[in-house]
Amino acid sequence: MALTSLLSASDLDRRTAVELLDLAEEMATVAGREVKKLPALRGRTVVNLFFEDSTRTRISFEAAAKRLSADVINFAAKGSSVSKGESLQDTAQTLAAMGVDGVVVRHPGSGAPHRLAQAGWLEAPIINAGDGTHEHPTQALLDAFTLRRVLHGEPASGAAGTGADGKDLAGATVMIVGDVLHSRVARSNVRTLHTLGASVVLVAPATLLPWGVESWPCQVRYDLDEAIAEFAPDAVMMLRIQLERMHQAFFPNAREYTRLWGLSAARLHALPADAWVMHPGPMNRGVEISAAAADSPRALVLDQVANGVAVRMATLYHLLTGEDSH
Amino acid sequence: MRQRTVLDEHEITRAVTRIAHEILEHNKGPQDLVLLGIPTRGVPLARRLAERIAGIEPGVDAEELTGSLDITMYRDDLRRSGRRKVHATSIPAAGIDDKTVVLVDDVLFSGRSIRAALDALAALGRPRAVRLAVLVDRGHRQYPIRADHVGKNLPTAASERVDVRLRETDAADGFTGDEVLITGGEE
Amino acid sequence: MRIRIAGARVLGGQAQDIEIADGRLAEPGSAGRPDLTVDADGLIALPGLVDMHVHLREPGREDAETVETGSRAAARGGFTAVLAMANTQPTADTAGVVEQVWRLGRESGWTQVQPIGAVTAGLEGTRLAELGAMARSAAGVRIFSDDGHCVSDPLLMRRALEYVKGFDGMIAQHAQEPRLTEGAQMNEGVVSAELGLPGWPAAAEEAIIARDVLLAQHVGARLHICHVSTAGSVEIIRWAKSRGARITAEVTPHHLILTDDLVRSYDPVYKVNPPLRTAEDAAALRQAVLDGTIDVIATDHAPHPAEHKCCEWTAAAMGMVGMETALAVVRLAMREEEGFGWDQVARLMSRNPARIAGLPGQGHGFEPGAHANIVLVDPGAPHTIDPADSASLGRNNPFAGTEVDTAVHSTFLYGHPVVLDGELQAPHPASKEDTWPL
Ligand SMILES: [Zn+2]
Repeated sequence: MALTSLLSASDLDRRTAVELLDLAEEMATVAGREVKKLPALRGRTVVNLFFEDSTRTRISFEAAAKRLSADVINFAAKGSSVSKGESLQDTAQTLAAMGVDGVVVRHPGSGAPHRLAQAGWLEAPIINAGDGTHEHPTQALLDAFTLRRVLHGEPASGAAGTGADGKDLAGATVMIVGDVLHSRVARSNVRTLHTLGASVVLVAPATLLPWGVESWPCQVRYDLDEAIAEFAPDAVMMLRIQLERMHQAFFPNAREYTRLWGLSAARLHALPADAWVMHPGPMNRGVEISAAAADSPRALVLDQVANGVAVRMATLYHLLTGEDSH
Repeated sequence: MRQRTVLDEHEITRAVTRIAHEILEHNKGPQDLVLLGIPTRGVPLARRLAERIAGIEPGVDAEELTGSLDITMYRDDLRRSGRRKVHATSIPAAGIDDKTVVLVDDVLFSGRSIRAALDALAALGRPRAVRLAVLVDRGHRQYPIRADHVGKNLPTAASERVDVRLRETDAADGFTGDEVLITGGEE
Repeated sequence: MRIRIAGARVLGGQAQDIEIADGRLAEPGSAGRPDLTVDADGLIALPGLVDMHVHLREPGREDAETVETGSRAAARGGFTAVLAMANTQPTADTAGVVEQVWRLGRESGWTQVQPIGAVTAGLEGTRLAELGAMARSAAGVRIFSDDGHCVSDPLLMRRALEYVKGFDGMIAQHAQEPRLTEGAQMNEGVVSAELGLPGWPAAAEEAIIARDVLLAQHVGARLHICHVSTAGSVEIIRWAKSRGARITAEVTPHHLILTDDLVRSYDPVYKVNPPLRTAEDAAALRQAVLDGTIDVIATDHAPHPAEHKCCEWTAAAMGMVGMETALAVVRLAMREEEGFGWDQVARLMSRNPARIAGLPGQGHGFEPGAHANIVLVDPGAPHTIDPADSASLGRNNPFAGTEVDTAVHSTFLYGHPVVLDGELQAPHPASKEDTWPL
């Protein structure tokens, strides 16, 4: 499919997703080279348009753009655009007038990147770097990339020069645990993992699952211990829980949450010996994830961070280098 | 459209053998030699050259000699020509620093690909010398670039197309054997 | 002024001439030589439409709409009366503010503007507004509503229902349980789960309606439910009516036809409160219109300046304009429903709202002597809805680009042609002379 912007994980079909992961494998090799830079986006300008603080994500995108030799403008517009007196339309048209070639958007409101991409205010490709409680598609891609590497070895892409596609995640079972309702990471991951052929199991208290989750391409369980025994997952992805949620009666308190849905040392032990532990960060140690799990050799948390740059390089390259030629 | 074969399988094999000998002669043996194929068809050609060299020089392992060098990211026409598929870059374990690197491609035309390859190479390390081997040189250079080893010099019209078909990359329907074809041009 | 409307199909029936003299319908042939003859060949004559639910924004948000611009939009939509909601700035919660709106309406002269008073002071839901003073004011307020907000305190709601009985008043409830809808952005359902937008559950509307119909019946008061949006609400209203409760209910044109699937675009033009629901809800609402469970179609016309819609979904204002396109959209929405003819249009968009709102000059029949509030409708005028073609200041019309086939041809307000052949003419002369016929 011709991808013009990356707004949602549902923009990616299997072929495009695998192509991006394969591309990311090539991008990952750049970090080991004498010159850690490719000239592919020389002369292009990428704007990081962040309406919400996220140093980690911004730095990851910035590093990715710079490794592709793009010029990077960081545009921090914290808070609602309306309260600032400047509408999203004005911001978009300003960027269009500057002649930017790509816009990476982080926004506290679900759908803001869609609006930027579809309202006709600017033509540059838009990359959703996290919008409200909607999606965070590059996070899902980097999670898939990380999983593919540990499940299939490095590099997991097709043989050099043959044009063959790399592997997907068919046959893998991934369990996503925690606050699915408020998680853009979970929404993007359910879709991407499904697209790549993995089975997804969501485990959470019913209060932290969206109404209508039955319509998603995954299974849903409330009891983590039973789910671990039932599915013997290849990986568990622990979602960050915001403790303020207990004041809104999503769960009684942190202690009960940890006891029922935290990845304790005992639950880590109950997982299959070759299961991997993932977390999009930043972690609440001792709440949704125990130190034993976070620091275990099975934890992929730092791999996820490291792989973020390669995946974002692949995404930027894919979106900013013109139309699909085949 | 008129189409004619200018090199057949037998002639291609002979050209590869001759180039292998030339490379060895110029390098005074196989030591510190690296053959990097430029995807797509430079890669199998580099491998064939390495195998031929291993056949001539006992003790040489063709695998350790060859690699591939993807140049997509270094092209100067990324915006204009549309997105291209990126191929793997693989470098022999010994690296390229202080080696004699022979870039291998199927057709030498404008020279733009080779310019990109030189940039790509510079990002990977610092060879002692870089040489260029091509199966076909069809002329029409736009850069001050020449090949050190040429399978066949082929005068062509700019409007003609030169296609190389190799067993490793093109063995699909109707493939009868390695060949180089010219399509189009004046009657 | 004497007017002859030649060959109009009254309520879609046989073509006949209608004569107007001095603001009232006259016996055919009695009016003498007319000052104006309107060729109504192929046109439908209906009693002037009555919109029970509009937001005219004045005083306070004159950048969004004024009584003058809203009245012009009403006339173009075929409305000879509109009921203006109280959520202005300042709130219409005193005799002074409702009289101001009422007077602005009289001076505009494009439609009859009847103010609705707030139930609670400042729409804050904590203490009653001066309901009696508003009822006794020149505006003669009969309907009270905190629309935009729900009167959520059950005791306050009970008191309000009881208190207004003393002057034949009525509470119009915007049914939205506030705790269940904190931060809500759209209908809670499969689409909200996918889009990651906080949901507005149907139960938050239904719970308030269930409570209020019980309260209204308990204290023997009249209750009107604004913009019913869910299938469950229809069930509760049907049940309450079967028990003899004195309740009436309204639905908007947009809830009859648009659904929450449209939110996938994240285009704030589809952001409205109550939110667009599912296709099943819309079907239940159309059925309720047919079987009389719902009494009134009202637009909830809610204009917003462009900057409140040219932004991201979550920051955008809720609401849609609707007066000028209401009739066309209602016909489009109901085109497949058997038994929905011109008489049903007149019932839901004129007679019922006029009766509920207590407007004796509106929603009448065509017998001689009645006030001449009439709209002529062209049922065969295919056109594409263009938000720019509007007398309202609002451009937030979700039907932009929709093909419809119904157009308002002419509007007669108390015997005066305010719209002819789709074009605004001149306001009712009473606006200059203070001789409003009522
Ligand atoms: Zn309302």
